[in-house]
Amino acid sequence: MSILIDQNTRLIVQGITGRDGAFHARLMKEYGTQVVGGVTPGKAGQQVEGIPVFNSVAEAVRATEANASIIFVPANFAGDALLEAVFSGVKLTVCVTEGVPVLDAIKAITVAKNRGVRIVGPNCPGAISPGKAKVGIMPAAAFRPGPVGIVSRSGTLTYEIAANTGEFGQSTVIGIGGDPVIGTNFIDCLRMFQDDPETKAIVIVGEIGGSDEEKAAQFVRQYVTKPVFGFIAGQTAPPDKRMGHAGAIISAGSGTAQEKIQAFESAGIEVIYEPEQLAEKLKAKLT
Amino acid sequence: MKIHEYQAKQIFARAGIPTPREQMVKSPDEAKQAAIAVGIPAVLKAQVLVGGRGKAGGIKRVDRFEDVLPTAEKILGMTIKGLKVTKLLVSECVPIKSEFYLGITVDRAARQPVLIASAAGGVEIEEVAKTSPEKILKAEIDPLLGILPFQTRAIGLRLLGDLKLTSTFTTICQKLYQIFVQRDCSLVEINPLVLTDDGKLLALDAKINFDDNALFRQPENEALHDPESEEPKEIEAKAAGLSYIKLSGNVGCIVNGAGLAMATMDLIKRYGGEPANFLDVGGSSSPEKMITAMRIILSDPNVKAILVNIFGGITRCDDIAQGLIAATEKANIKVPIVARLVGTNAEKASALLANSPVLSATGMSEAVRLAVHKAKEAR
Repeated sequence: MSILIDQNTRLIVQGITGRDGAFHARLMKEYGTQVVGGVTPGKAGQQVEGIPVFNSVAEAVRATEANASIIFVPANFAGDALLEAVFSGVKLTVCVTEGVPVLDAIKAITVAKNRGVRIVGPNCPGAISPGKAKVGIMPAAAFRPGPVGIVSRSGTLTYEIAANTGEFGQSTVIGIGGDPVIGTNFIDCLRMFQDDPETKAIVIVGEIGGSDEEKAAQFVRQYVTKPVFGFIAGQTAPPDKRMGHAGAIISAGSGTAQEKIQAFESAGIEVIYEPEQLAEKLKAKLT
Repeated sequence: MKIHEYQAKQIFARAGIPTPREQMVKSPDEAKQAAIAVGIPAVLKAQVLVGGRGKAGGIKRVDRFEDVLPTAEKILGMTIKGLKVTKLLVSECVPIKSEFYLGITVDRAARQPVLIASAAGGVEIEEVAKTSPEKILKAEIDPLLGILPFQTRAIGLRLLGDLKLTSTFTTICQKLYQIFVQRDCSLVEINPLVLTDDGKLLALDAKINFDDNALFRQPENEALHDPESEEPKEIEAKAAGLSYIKLSGNVGCIVNGAGLAMATMDLIKRYGGEPANFLDVGGSSSPEKMITAMRIILSDPNVKAILVNIFGGITRCDDIAQGLIAATEKANIKVPIVARLVGTNAEKASALLANSPVLSATGMSEAVRLAVHKAKEAR
């Protein structure tokens, strides 16, 4: 098993004729993901990498029985693309697009919740269940199947952490996104990892800003019985400066790395201070 | 994106939220004219994009006309938290009966907007939230419905205890939320909202932060941008598609991805160094982006070593290597460079760098240790 995505995921690529959409549709297909269709309004009938293109997500879902979508459309259309996915019948939509206005994200996430659809992102690298499916933009070479579940607010830092699980591979790795408002948070993923029999250990990769890590720590203390490791980026970040990610900002003295590390430690989460420490710590817990 | 108080007040006034009589001026002489227009006593308020203006002496009440000129001169010559005061707001002095806090922001955890109000106005709301959370009143706003009359009525009655005033309060809340949505804000704040001696509600101060991600559809927001609080180098970086923040250390870093960039900075500190900057080259970085990144970092005289840490996904390591080589050839660089390039096309990159002065490392910790060591050697 794994969480969110596996060999039964049937994926639609929204924005498949764009540069990034076409490129990653090919890479996801090569990885073994069932990429059953793509959407670009006005381009129905075309093919991209042998994948049929439709005018709308609803048409694509009807024709292909897709159950998930991934969004590569530009930020000014991403809010609409998210809502289109939510109304199309897919159960999961992953929004890679960066720079989505926060009010668009809020609206789409509210509607998705009302209709029982899971949004991952926006501004995220997506998810990979190594050996089964990749719904995202991560370099496949950094991942292999195994018992470690990883959930992260970052992109490349996630790859770095995954590359440091040593002799252990990963069940699923999810980048939930660096924006202030995101569809799937740490707790959502922790709950799924806790329930997934294949996942034996969990790594949370957090960063400054907001209080999602603190809430995750509380959840771990109450519900998670598997070993959990935590990493927090941004200990040297100055206050009131947006550190790349829109959500990575210490404002009014809250959202600091120190607070988050403290919350992790008091919840029994083993904190790692450099990615290379992870392999040994995993070994100690898993063997 | 932050805007000045006077700009926020103009947006409030246009939306129908009552504000005091006031004028923005840029010289002491203009301040005198403005004082005649708004009347004495008046309040002179420094317009800078940082908090804590009052504590820094940037807000002064003047009770006599002859005091306007010297007071304005003094404030206009000040530097508050590194920012030179060039604009002054001359505002009418209002007789205050009581002060409140009123604001709308995004509740990240609840994933929706939230209205926050408090009877403890005029002080930092974060401080109130920490010391006496019971004084904070909140209304979660359903983004599909907007702010509802029953929500603001309940809060208004608790704050004001009067139905007629509560109705005015409700109108102000609704207008505030309209601004929040129509202008794509991440924060709209009235602190304090005051009840005057003659029973009127007035926005004595105003703060608006716009959502940077929505600027593409808000040309009016973009037009209010004041670059005073930005480092010139941060502006140059932004134009090149880089995200750069200057810090005070001596190890310059170039990293792809914000999370990895922060983790790299943290590791520099962990190994006894100090990062000189945050720099995220972003995805799909071309050699040109690398050249710009190198130029920006090398223009900081504190930098004694440069660390390049790339985990290639979309970013191709050979692009980074090419940019590095081009940058080192262009300028005769004396600062040691440590590069750790893994992931997509890493082999090509190491072949390219083999005959260059760039030092290579494979692990992230190893690369950081080497860069910190080189920076210390150079001192």
